[in-house]
Amino acid sequence: MSRKIDITLTVNGAAYAHAADTRSTLVDFLRDDLKLTGTHIGCEHGVCGACTVLVDGEAVRSCLMLAPQADGASIVTVEGLGAANGELGALQRAFRKHHALQCGFCTPGILTTAHALLTQEPDADADRIRDVLSGNICRCTGYVTIVQAILEARDAYRRPADAGTSR
Amino acid sequence: MKLPDLDYIRPGTLQETIDLLVAYEGEAKLVAGGQSLMPMLAFRLLAPKILIDISRLPGLNAIDIGPDGVRLGALTTWRDIERHAALKTAHPLLAAAIAHVAHYQIRNRGTVGGSLAHSDPASEFPALVTTCDADVVVHGAGGERVVKGSEFVLGAMTTSLEPDEMITGIRFPAWPAARRWGFEEFARRRGDFAMAAAVVFYDLDAGGRAADPHIGIIGEPERAVRLAAVEDLLTGRVIDRDVIAEARAIGEQAAQTSDDIHTPAKYRKALIGTMIERALMTAAGLELRPVAA
Repeated sequence: MSRKIDITLTVNGAAYAHAADTRSTLVDFLRDDLKLTGTHIGCEHGVCGACTVLVDGEAVRSCLMLAPQADGASIVTVEGLGAANGELGALQRAFRKHHALQCGFCTPGILTTAHALLTQEPDADADRIRDVLSGNICRCTGYVTIVQAILEARDAYRRPADAGTSR
Repeated sequence: MKLPDLDYIRPGTLQETIDLLVAYEGEAKLVAGGQSLMPMLAFRLLAPKILIDISRLPGLNAIDIGPDGVRLGALTTWRDIERHAALKTAHPLLAAAIAHVAHYQIRNRGTVGGSLAHSDPASEFPALVTTCDADVVVHGAGGERVVKGSEFVLGAMTTSLEPDEMITGIRFPAWPAARRWGFEEFARRRGDFAMAAAVVFYDLDAGGRAADPHIGIIGEPERAVRLAAVEDLLTGRVIDRDVIAEARAIGEQAAQTSDDIHTPAKYRKALIGTMIERALMTAAGLELRPVAA
């Protein structure tokens, strides 16, 4: 039988102690329990990438992780990519400039994926970016501008203090 | 709530884990990265009473390289392998094949033990274990046992693991530096499940002829298999274009494919032949001829 268990975790720099259902996925926990609805749910079985968040610095699909498995973890969601003063982060600015979103549904997952990539590999080239984006489905198929935006944002990640994404 | 009604527990030791498996008598499932299990749960293909989270068990995510070969702890992730520089020389085939496993986000969580226990017929890792004669180290109520790679996977999503057992490690035999090898895979989307793949390696004898060739394929409906007919053909031969063309033809003939939602059996056979050809060309250091327009 499912039951509630207490977990503690950090999301976008804020500490939470919350009861999580044992059958809850991390994405359901973020959206329904913590009311952080920026992370989108697409396929719910690990194919589309819309629910990507960072767990301890690594991009993961939050539909393929149980909420109790995030106990003790440090999570970054799309809400955490902006600067502390509410301004857009470097990736978000580049996405706006390049019109790298159409319907916007896949955007949170692509931003978090690109954030993880550029944090670890600020010099990733277009091939590497496309390789990584193979795990994110955009059905508006706007990949050209998405790749352009990520390429442009690299500069900010080479100087992390300017990226506005230090969380 | 997408998942079936289930409980969750995170034991601290291997012994506690085995005790739980025994206590739940086959109604528990182990979860580590969850990258294969969670979709199964989401589709309600599985509804275990409880998930036993082994992702934080100590000492099970080491990559050890020694004179006897490479040992991977069951909790080793694809990213751990990708980031391990010494593996590229200690077992170049393993490093190259793992590059085809899944997508960026999945690679951060997915584990070798999980992939092997799940045993999807289209997965790369079980194909490597089968083709490379790796040993699978298993712990259960009766202690440790070692299962030969070729005997571990019994069929699609079916292994020789008992309900009270878990995989703790995989041991790949030592890899001679001069060994020739190739890995080729075809998937519709980068990182997606293989429609066909070929795993090939052989050593060279003093005369430059292939010795002890291993030819494994992905593309049969039940599991990855070695193709003895192709291995027999290659044994003692200099691997040139003619031999490779023969190997491709025999491989296509030997592969047992069936029609499924992805492709007709005949097309998959042709893909398998093409993967064998390309992998052997790589192994032999030959270039593919461009197809005439």
